[in-house]
This record gives sequence, structure tokens and C-alpha cells, in this order.
Amino acid sequence: MLEARNLTVKYEHRVAVADVSLSLNETEITAIIGPNGAGKSTLLRTLNGQLPRASGTVLLEGEPIERLNRRSISRKIAVVAQEAELRFPVTVLEFVLGGRFAWATHAGWGWETERDLHVAESVLRETELSELSARLMNELSGGERQRALMARALATEAPILLLDEPTANLDLSHQATLLTLVRNRCDQHRAAALVVTHDINLAAQFADNILLMKQGKTVHYGGPAEVLRPEILQEVFEIRVLVDAHPVTGGPRVTPIHEPIR
Amino acid sequence: MITNASETIASPARPNRVTLRKTLVSCTALGAALLLAIVVMSLLGSEPLPVRASLCALASFGTSTCGLSQDQFDILFQIRLPRILLAAAVGGSLATAGAGYQALLRNPLAEPYLLGISNGAAVGTMIALVFFGANEWTRPILAFTGALAATFVVYQLARGRAGATPERLILAGVIVTTFLSSVIVFVTVLMDATRIRSFTFWLLGDLSGSSRALLPVAIIIAIVGALALTLNARSLNLLMLGERDAFDLGVEVGRVRIVVFLVASLLVGSSVAASGSVGYVGLVVPHLARLSLGSDNRISIPAAALGGALFVIVADTVARTIIAPRELPVGAITALIGAPLFIYLLRRA
Repeated sequence: MLEARNLTVKYEHRVAVADVSLSLNETEITAIIGPNGAGKSTLLRTLNGQLPRASGTVLLEGEPIERLNRRSISRKIAVVAQEAELRFPVTVLEFVLGGRFAWATHAGWGWETERDLHVAESVLRETELSELSARLMNELSGGERQRALMARALATEAPILLLDEPTANLDLSHQATLLTLVRNRCDQHRAAALVVTHDINLAAQFADNILLMKQGKTVHYGGPAEVLRPEILQEVFEIRVLVDAHPVTGGPRVTPIHEPIR
Repeated sequence: MITNASETIASPARPNRVTLRKTLVSCTALGAALLLAIVVMSLLGSEPLPVRASLCALASFGTSTCGLSQDQFDILFQIRLPRILLAAAVGGSLATAGAGYQALLRNPLAEPYLLGISNGAAVGTMIALVFFGANEWTRPILAFTGALAATFVVYQLARGRAGATPERLILAGVIVTTFLSSVIVFVTVLMDATRIRSFTFWLLGDLSGSSRALLPVAIIIAIVGALALTLNARSLNLLMLGERDAFDLGVEVGRVRIVVFLVASLLVGSSVAASGSVGYVGLVVPHLARLSLGSDNRISIPAAALGGALFVIVADTVARTIIAPRELPVGAITALIGAPLFIYLLRRA
């Protein structure tokens, strides 16, 4: 659905992403992991056409992304980034309805349709925010706000989800709930998701593919069992890790080993 | 069972949402209040006018004197009414521009006067007066140019690597304001002494000496500007929550930014050329509109436009009647109301 071929992104003269290729397919979750400054978020921002590429192509359903206009891209790709700026009082429902912008018949004026409201109400239910829908966004807790961001992304009905550290503000149970939402989108609506995360175990549990990056380059790209091997992680994160089988899922489980500095 | 429960949970949110109906009702009410204010305020002033005859003359749109003396008729139609209409245009323009800047800069404190944009327009107007004094049309054009240049500079100064924080924007506004103030002092020195006093008044925002020739232009610009920003209201709703998010959701951020900059500068330019720098209107009015009607720009921008017109009409009536027959500049009244509100907003932010 979304394919990147040999992407290179530069900030002035520094290369942030170097020659990375990946492809997001229906029903698959892809996780990007790697140390800070590896170019994970930059890559994500390039995939929806926000950052200019130095070279390479991004194909959205086979079409070069630069040929599509903003609104038609937004009907296909939804982004969940870190927290929104909330200097104006906006209700949760108004915030989530923002996700329907790309579907409006008129870009500037125009009002939400019954269908827009229906979609908003159903994603509010999915994200367990129905009861908070009339509350103001800045009255919510960090975790509730993160769920509202997720709800807004789901409200776009885009088949491709790009998530930039979506679980950063969430407690353990909501981390799993959120990724279950992503999983359900992928399974039930044949969506594709890309998740940038620092939580390797969450990636191991939910991702079908993992892209491991360091200094803008692809170190490894494949299934969790293939990528999450101790020798690879040790090399990239420069720390000893133990990888064993998760007692419940049987997938790889990564534990860093903090050794005293000699 | 499950569907029933979720429906009852979801439905209470609906009344809070801004709808076309709510917008039309609010704007009609504000429009009626504005019309009423125009009529009532034109009866008030240092020279008392007979109420019934004046109302009759106003209702006839000046085609009949209805028994008013020629002097009274002239006071009503040559002095008060044009001044009230200009106050409406200036108020509507400044409030709309304020609402536009606030949404675009994601900052409830953004205001043309506080950001130095009014001063930019004032410098433009003064240059027009000093160098092209004979030609009245150069004033709004140079005022627009000055406002646009000031907007651009403030925007660039306020945009840090981490984005524009409210404090940074206000600081950028202070820098631009003080710099342009000294430019204004330099230009004032070039003028002859007799014009300096009227100039000082004009700088504070004054509707008394305003040019009647620019009245239709100011009214047209106010209406067109308010419509243009209202037509971008849904994009502005998303821009208010961050440029990146707005981009992700499908807003053509660059295009909307240019439209708002151009329209808001045009609004500030035309109002400053007509009446000097009337401060705080762009702060007070959009704030009240959001407080009573919510942050949705589809309702708060048109409501701010109408409310701004109402606010300046009332403020100017106070300015010209409170110590009659002498007059205060209207900017002194609006600042008297606006500055405390600004402090309140700053403390809350």
C-alpha cells in the first residue's frame, strides 16, 4: 500500500535517512526501532510527504506521493504524532472530528455530516472516550489525550496508520489497548500500520516486521525473530542484551543487562 | 443493549458542537444588536437630537429630513453616521484580524496592536502622508504594505527551532513595536508642528479626524476580509492545534498561512489608515467570542467580526460623549478595557 524505495533525507548537510527501503502491506504492522537519532521519526515524516526527500521515491498505492494533493493523501494516511498543542479550549468531540477534514466537500467552510458524527462516535467508543467527548482536551490526563490523538487518526478512516511513539504517555494496560486497536484496524479493515517505538518488547509482541535503524541506515529488516537477535541488538544499542522466549507468546523477549562500568 | 448504552453516552456531546444553525442564530442576533447600536449611538452626542425625527430620518436613509433642522440633519448624516460606520468597519476589521492571527499563530494573545502590526501600518500611513500627502489612496496601500512587512518580521522572529511559543511571539511583538515606534518618531520630526498634535491623537487610535473618502473602502475590506477568513475557518480550526497535525489531516498549511497573512494585513492596513492604531480590539473581542461560543472558528470569526464592530461603536460613543464637548481618542477607551484583560490572559497562560 505504501512503499518507500531507496529513501535519503538530508537536513542541510547531515544525512538523516540513508537509502532506506520498506513496504507497508495490508494487515501488517511494521515497527521501526533504533537508538535516539537513528532517523526513525524523520523516516515516518517523509513517508507522508511532509519532509522533502534528497532521493528515492514514495509510492502510495502505486502512485508517486508528490503527484497527490494534500487531502487525498490524508484520506489514505493518518499520523499519530506526539502531543498536540492545546492553547485553545477544544472539546474531545471537536478534536476527533478534526480527523474528518479530508472528507469534507469544501476545504475551508462546510459542516460535519451525519456520517462524520457517526464515525467520530464509533472511534470514541473504540478508544473508550465516549464519556469524555464533551470535556475539554486540556482537562484530560496525558494518557487520555494520547487516546484522543489515536481516535482522531482512526476517524480519518485512512487505511495506512503512521504512529510516532504512540505509547509514550500510556500506562501498561493502555499501551496494550492502543496497540490492540492498531492490530484490529489492520485485521478488520485491512489496514497497514507503521509504529516508531522505543519499546522493543512491544514491537516484538505486535509487529509483523521490524525495521532496525542506526544513524539513518537500515541495519536489519525482517520478522521479529529474525531481527531481535542478541548479537544484532548488542551491536546497535551498544549494550548487552538477553533474548529469550516470552513465557506467554513464545516470541522473542529482550532484556538489557546493565553491567557495572569497569 | 450495547448499542443503546453507547448511544445515550454519545448523544449529550451533540448539543455542544457548533452547527450551521447555531452560527446563523448567533450571527443574526449579533447583527441585530449591531444595527440597534448604530441607530442608538447616532442619537447620542454633545448636540442633542430629537429622537423621533432622527429615527424617521434614519429610516428614510436620509431621503427625508422628517422635521430636523438642516444643522441637525447634517450632524446626523455628515458627522455621526459616517463616524459610526467607520467605527464598525475598524472594529470588525481589527477583531477579525486578531482572530485570524490567533488561530494561525496558535496563540490567544496574538493581536495586531501588540504584535507591532498596527505600528507597521502606521509607519506606512505616515510615509504616505509625508511623501504623498496629496494622494489619499496611497495611505491604505502603504498601510497594507507596512502591516504585511511587520507580520512577516514578527512571524520570522517568533519561529524558533522548537516552534513559536506564546512568550516568544509577544517578545517579538515588543521588539517590532518599539523599533517601529522610533521610526514613527523620526517621521514625526519631519512634520510641521501644527500637525503633530493631531498625529499623536491619531496614533492612539482616533476616529474624529478620519477621512470620509476611505469609508466605503474600509467597509468593503472589513466584509470581504471577514468572509475570506470564515471560508478558511475549518482549516484554521486544525492549524490552531499545530501546523504539523493540520498538515497530516489534509490542510494545505502554506496556502492557508498566506491567505491569513494577506487578509489580516489588509484588514489592519485599512483600519489603521482610517483611524490609527486602535489597540486591544483584536484581543478582547475574539476572546469574548470564544468564551461564549467556543473555539470553532466557523462561528468565532464571524461573531468576532460583528462583535468587534459593536465594541468599537460603543467605545467611540463613550470617547466622544464622556467629557463632551471635548473628546478622547477611541484607542484610549479600548486599551483601558483591553490591557487588564491581557494581563488576565497572560496569567492564565
